[in-house]
Amino acid sequence: MEDDAPVIYGLEFQARALTAQTAETDAIRFLVGTQSLKFDNQIHIIDFDDENNMINKSVLLHDAGEIWHINGSPADKAVLTTCYSKTSESRVLTCAAVWRMPPEWESGSHESPDDSSNNPQTLELLCHLDNTAHGSVACVLWEPMGDGKRLISLAENHVLLWDLQESSTKATISSSATLEGKGQLKFTTGKWSPHHNSTQLATANDTAIRGWDLRSMSQIYCIENAHGQLVRDLDFNPNKQYYLASCGDDCKVKFWDVRHINEPVKCLEEHSHWVWSVRYNHSHDQLLLTGSSDSRVILSNMVSISSEPFGHLVDDDDLSDNEESQQEDKGKEPLQDSIIATYEEHEDSVYAVEWSAADPWLFASLSYDGRLVINRVPRALKYRILL
Amino acid sequence: MSSDTTPPDSDPKGQRRVHNMLKLYYGLNEEGKVADQAESLDPCDINGLHFDPDVYLNKLRKECSLGELMDHESCMVKQIRSLDSDMQTLVYENYNKFISATDTIRKMKNDFKKMEDEMDCLSANMTAITEFSARISGTLQDQHAQITKLSGVHTLLRKLQFLFELPARLNKCLELQAYAQAVSAHRRARCVLQQYSHMPSFRGIQDDCHVIMEQLAQQLRQKFRDGGSSAKDLSECVELLLQLDEPAEELCDKFLSHAQSRLEVDLQGLEAELKDSAVSDTGRGSVQKTSPGSNPVSPSSSSVNNPFLSPTAGTDILEFIDRGCNEFVSSLCLVIASYQELFINRPQEGEFASKNIPEMANGKLHVFVDTLAARYFSLVERRIQEEKGVSDNSLLVRALDRFHRRLQAISKLLPGSAVPSHGTEIVVRAARERIKQYLSALQTFYHDSLTDVRQALAAPRLAVGGASASGGGASSKDDTPSLPELLASLSNFILNQLKSVLASVHLFTAKDITFSNKPYFKGEFCSQGVREGLVVSFIKFICQSSRQYCESTGDRGGSTPPALLLLLSRLCLDYETSTISYILTLTDEQFLVQHHTPVTPVTALCAEAREAAQKLLNHYVKVQGLIISQMLRKSVETRDWVNTIEPRNVRAVMKRVVEDTTSIDVQVGLLYEEGVRKAHSSDSSKRTFSVYSSSRQQIRYAPSYTPSAPMDTNLLSNIHKLFSERIDIFSPVEFNKVSVLTGIIKISLKTFLECVRLRTFGRYGLQQIQVDCHYLQMYLWRFVSDENLVHFLLDEIVGSAAHRCLDPSPMEQSVIEVICERG
Repeated sequence: MEDDAPVIYGLEFQARALTAQTAETDAIRFLVGTQSLKFDNQIHIIDFDDENNMINKSVLLHDAGEIWHINGSPADKAVLTTCYSKTSESRVLTCAAVWRMPPEWESGSHESPDDSSNNPQTLELLCHLDNTAHGSVACVLWEPMGDGKRLISLAENHVLLWDLQESSTKATISSSATLEGKGQLKFTTGKWSPHHNSTQLATANDTAIRGWDLRSMSQIYCIENAHGQLVRDLDFNPNKQYYLASCGDDCKVKFWDVRHINEPVKCLEEHSHWVWSVRYNHSHDQLLLTGSSDSRVILSNMVSISSEPFGHLVDDDDLSDNEESQQEDKGKEPLQDSIIATYEEHEDSVYAVEWSAADPWLFASLSYDGRLVINRVPRALKYRILL
Repeated sequence: MSSDTTPPDSDPKGQRRVHNMLKLYYGLNEEGKVADQAESLDPCDINGLHFDPDVYLNKLRKECSLGELMDHESCMVKQIRSLDSDMQTLVYENYNKFISATDTIRKMKNDFKKMEDEMDCLSANMTAITEFSARISGTLQDQHAQITKLSGVHTLLRKLQFLFELPARLNKCLELQAYAQAVSAHRRARCVLQQYSHMPSFRGIQDDCHVIMEQLAQQLRQKFRDGGSSAKDLSECVELLLQLDEPAEELCDKFLSHAQSRLEVDLQGLEAELKDSAVSDTGRGSVQKTSPGSNPVSPSSSSVNNPFLSPTAGTDILEFIDRGCNEFVSSLCLVIASYQELFINRPQEGEFASKNIPEMANGKLHVFVDTLAARYFSLVERRIQEEKGVSDNSLLVRALDRFHRRLQAISKLLPGSAVPSHGTEIVVRAARERIKQYLSALQTFYHDSLTDVRQALAAPRLAVGGASASGGGASSKDDTPSLPELLASLSNFILNQLKSVLASVHLFTAKDITFSNKPYFKGEFCSQGVREGLVVSFIKFICQSSRQYCESTGDRGGSTPPALLLLLSRLCLDYETSTISYILTLTDEQFLVQHHTPVTPVTALCAEAREAAQKLLNHYVKVQGLIISQMLRKSVETRDWVNTIEPRNVRAVMKRVVEDTTSIDVQVGLLYEEGVRKAHSSDSSKRTFSVYSSSRQQIRYAPSYTPSAPMDTNLLSNIHKLFSERIDIFSPVEFNKVSVLTGIIKISLKTFLECVRLRTFGRYGLQQIQVDCHYLQMYLWRFVSDENLVHFLLDEIVGSAAHRCLDPSPMEQSVIEVICERG
């Protein structure tokens, strides 16, 4: 059980941006972007050594500004995007850019971890995803499972679809859409659906969730008042194409079937403050991770609406092996939707949670005070799902 | 001599032996006797049987002296002499008796001789008498036979005369309509006529009679068919026809069909009334189809019967049932009674009828009664269903009682009938229906009163706000009622309504109501119907609808006024503490509920109410917190914090927040107790805050300017967090004012914090936040249970703002204080 203990890593700066290195499937690696107005911001590359339960970090300088959002390319593990705020002429503007990590970051940091802060390497800028006319960028999304050539940025009330050319050094807007309506509409977040051949996008603005068709750049559905207050995050079920989870300031996590948008399929109300982040496990979509400003991370088991509603199929010879325990199993199944664990290692608001891209049983959470916690799915549950 | 006194014994030994054996057998073994016998064996015993003179003499001689012998001898001589004289006397006496006997016999002989002679004489006389008598009877015999014959002829002639006169008599009877006489006359003659029908004269008479009787039967049938005849006439008719050998089955049918037609009229009258009332009640077109061929009598009869009723009012149910009872049920009873008289209870003398008539007739009667009663019941049920208004239950109960009571008559008349039990079922159904209606009425009442409360709240909310804004604590005692008054009146309204409903329902179980002692009304009605179906359901409904307020209001929180949530929460809490148990005790007492079936326990209801109260209060906190949060969030999000000017005032939003919090405080204080807070001194707020703002803040900010130790910025707050308890923002609150206010303030400040963290501040932006936080600190501490909580959260806000500040140079504490004092 000792390896179930959380591994904690402290950053020097406050941070909100966390992502798993999507293209990396061997090492368990997370990227954290810091927020500091006074010092140079950094991107921490957190490598988790599963066997030794150790963390190795590398630091890259990100001197463009404080990082609000970070996302790794699905194709090239050295490429990532950040949304950062830039202060110019006493104006704060959030911009987005595509970066490449310097090739030697890995070796350099490992050799001399002590003076990594003294002489950190700088990210290599590939291109800006800038269009000042469109205003501040809320987030940048890579095409899921794509070739790392297509991006979407959400800026104010615009959806911009970018094509990266010339080995990502040039970005051009291939198409765009604008959300029109009364009042100041502003996208808060979005998610590119991995289904439907990556032609769909879901965005959140205020309390509404909208679906977009990227081919026609038009809205396909809109869940008005999806949450009582601001919608903070979205995630698509990786295995069920119409299912979507959302979370928001009403402390709720809601599950939607986008074909029936009048009512949520399910609603969880476990957090005692705003829920900032929601993530489906990439392989076992009954596992759901949520992070909230009540400083808690909750891992839930949503069996009833998962793609494996009754757990993994039990092999027949397993059944014949132990008849009496079969009765017991039958009594337990179907599994109830339940909270598996509440993680209270954080002292401040948790703004981001992320599953590891390499190990489906591992996840990281980041709180504002710069504390990164790596946790595992409890072993009992893991075996329950696997066996 | 001695042989005379002692009878000779041929075999004395053998006899004695037998004697002894018998004696032995019978247990008569007397000692004395045995001794005697033993003694008597002694040959020396002079009185014994075995006396041997020689032995005796020898013995005497051997034993006695001479003197003794002499004495003995003289004694012996004396004895012998006396014995001799005795014997002589006896012989003489016997002789005398013998002589007298011989005399008597001789005398008797003479007497018998005389008697024999007289007997001879008597027998001779008797013979003579017999002879004479025989002679007389022989002479009289002829005349006797003649007389007998003559008397026979006389009777026959009389009968014949009756027969000859019969047609005329029958005709006369027919004219006089004395049907009964005619029928009985004809019945007497019928057999004779039948027997002698081969003789032409008789045949003529028979034919005449037949014709007349046919006519009579015709007339009777006619009369029978005529509607107008009374039941008594009718029964007479039926009786006569039966005697005329009409088939009983046919008669039954006819009788019943006739009765049916009359009862139909009653039913149609009822139905018409039903339609009338339906039309006048609903005011729109009649729902029931009025068939064009309907009896034209019925509407007129109804209007004739109820001339005093205005047609628009419609008859009430009691009148309706009354009419049904008086007209339909009583005629039905009459029909049953006369039918039974005619066909069923007829004594078995009727050899002309086959034996199974009573059974057949009974069967027919049952079918008849059942069909008619079914129609009647359907009418009654329709009428009952129309009884929707719940204002006056006594009328319905009385009507049902009457209905039920009258049906008992049928059950008495017709013991096996299912009609009364059907009637009871109707009553039970009506009662059930009633309970449902009452429940829904209560529910609508509850909703209505809530709507009233809502409207009342809409006005005073402003007033309360104004009052609190102007001066603080005092609630506005204007013409609009305050929250506690509203609560009290709402609670009273509901309780009174419930009580009155209970009283109404209680009528069903009143002692003088006939159906109240039916098992349903004793058991199930009380426990399942009233307690569970009405009271418990209503309480559950209150909780349910309260919970709905928490859910349906949506998260925007706009639709339900928060004051209503607060009010309802208090209402539910009151229910939990006292009202529920009061109501249930009241119900149990009133209805003497014996719980055969499991019922909802009081504790479960209380728990439900408490849960509802908690939910409502939580929701209230959430809604109020949200309203304030929204203000704070807008104020943070819409401002350009980088390019703001130097703060001169507390922002208006903050004043608004404090005002709103104060008014919420007043509002909650009206309904909930103060609650406990952690000990603090009255002016502690300022001191702590000044410490916090001046010294601590400087400690916190100072190191942040030195780039060498960036971690230190977080150190203090982290340490603080380590030792302070985790704050659950949207956590359940307790049922008191302080807890509620703490909840609201927590939510608001946390929102403030999160919003601040999303922004970037310039120097003056930070200073403005400082001013705002100080202002909040000055006013908010008094509302919460633990002022450190406010300190901590405000600390966090200022700290976060400092972090998000491009040029963090905090304002002087004294300046902040001056600005805040200024207002």
